[in-house]
Amino acid sequence: MRYSGFRVIAEALTGHKGWKPVWRDPAPQAEYDYIIVGGGGHGLATAYYLAKEFGQARIAVLEKGYLGGGNVGRNTTIIRSNYLLDGNEPFYEFSLKLWEGLEQDFNYNSMVSQRGIINLIHTDAQRDAATRRGNAMIMHGADARLLNRDEVRAMYPWLNFDNARFPIKAALMQPRGGTVRHDAVAWGYARGADQRGVDLIQNCEVTGMRIENGRIRGVETSRGFIGAKKVGVAVAGSSSKVMAHAGMRLPIESHVLQAFVSEGLKPLIDGVMTFGAGHFYVSQSDKGGLVFGGDIDGYNSYAQRGNLPVIEDVAEGGMALMPAIGRVRLLRTWGGIMDMSMDGSPIIDKTGIEGLYFNGGWCYGGFKATPASGWAFAHLLAKDEPHKTATAYRFDRFLKGRIIDEKGQGAQPNLH
Amino acid sequence: MIIHHPILGPRDAQEFVYLGDATLIDRPDGMTAGVEAFHDYLYNRDNPAGEHRELWYHEQGDRSWLVVTRNTVTHEITKVELARDVARARGRTK
Repeated sequence: MRYSGFRVIAEALTGHKGWKPVWRDPAPQAEYDYIIVGGGGHGLATAYYLAKEFGQARIAVLEKGYLGGGNVGRNTTIIRSNYLLDGNEPFYEFSLKLWEGLEQDFNYNSMVSQRGIINLIHTDAQRDAATRRGNAMIMHGADARLLNRDEVRAMYPWLNFDNARFPIKAALMQPRGGTVRHDAVAWGYARGADQRGVDLIQNCEVTGMRIENGRIRGVETSRGFIGAKKVGVAVAGSSSKVMAHAGMRLPIESHVLQAFVSEGLKPLIDGVMTFGAGHFYVSQSDKGGLVFGGDIDGYNSYAQRGNLPVIEDVAEGGMALMPAIGRVRLLRTWGGIMDMSMDGSPIIDKTGIEGLYFNGGWCYGGFKATPASGWAFAHLLAKDEPHKTATAYRFDRFLKGRIIDEKGQGAQPNLH
Repeated sequence: MIIHHPILGPRDAQEFVYLGDATLIDRPDGMTAGVEAFHDYLYNRDNPAGEHRELWYHEQGDRSWLVVTRNTVTHEITKVELARDVARARGRTK
């Protein structure tokens, strides 16, 4: 079924009796050409682009729980391409361009809203760094603007501009950045993949990998063995657990990142704002809640829930920036598990095992990467060579000293 | 989380800085170990879901390094040792 305004009106006039389940619930077949492990944003996007852009068939997505039940449904929905380094910026700009055409492409309303993102600047050194980053973005075809203090004040007059420690001096803006309805991304990709014959198999946990003579033959699952010519793993958060089935140790630690939403407010913030110095970023949902977050908790965790000190730290950051929210109540907090890599950048690469491919290490920036990650991973799976925007995302970059460390923190995952 | 410091008793985890897997104690000799071994030491991790031995530094306390045994699924801490004792037990001189 194709969705359209006409369809909505027609269904409204006929009692909404025509809507059908959006995807099938197939039993796993004995063998596929491609198995994608992980039915989150990246896995579903991979399956969608494998079928649509690379003309492949006999594809299955295996998901331990339900589709989109992991980080694609737990993030703060921000899209942007404001990176500095050559290894990153072309990839994230490719992703942002895919976001811009996504809803038309998969015929699903994912509420892509390019409301603009600003990174606040408090010192001359920060302004220099932001200018450099903005120029790097422009050179890779992205958009960037340096706002002065008055321009920031015109947008958000109620910010605490004269904070003694972090006075707001300027901001780097990417007007094309924004937010997307995160769940709808998973659903849109799932529907699009299903329409193209991809089997989306839920409640199917991978419990082992069958590897013979250095080649993958398939995966053992909670629903039996499923054969495959190629297996792509896209399970960020649980990458180490799944790849351990293939005997691999990864340059990744799993960490918990918390996110927060306040009670609904009248329109206050029409874009996305980051206050890096205060470990705080915020946007406002269409329902009115302030959606915000800060740093990861900082210790290895698979718990999908964080601890109170980070909640306090984030709340303090919010108050320092926006004293006006002092009496706003926090509605919910939750946590998701991040693949924190050793240089803060992702991996999309082959492994030492023929036919086994890996996509992970997204740190806390996986959501904005979803379309390009799926496209690049599908490219790698179908053609056995990396997509041109993802050539730097290799396992061996650590061995060869070609790390992509935006923050310059070194091999310390909890500092990225 | 409360870390039961072997010397100072129960301390809030906020007083500590987290480094990572306690295997970082076993640094290979850079002059004799190969590049591959040092790469493995520096970058690769087991990253288990469950019991994890890890290094915490009591920065806002006595500045000792601790080896904390903690469950990464429940956050329960079951054992806390001085990293110095652990390293000596493994044959290190300091």
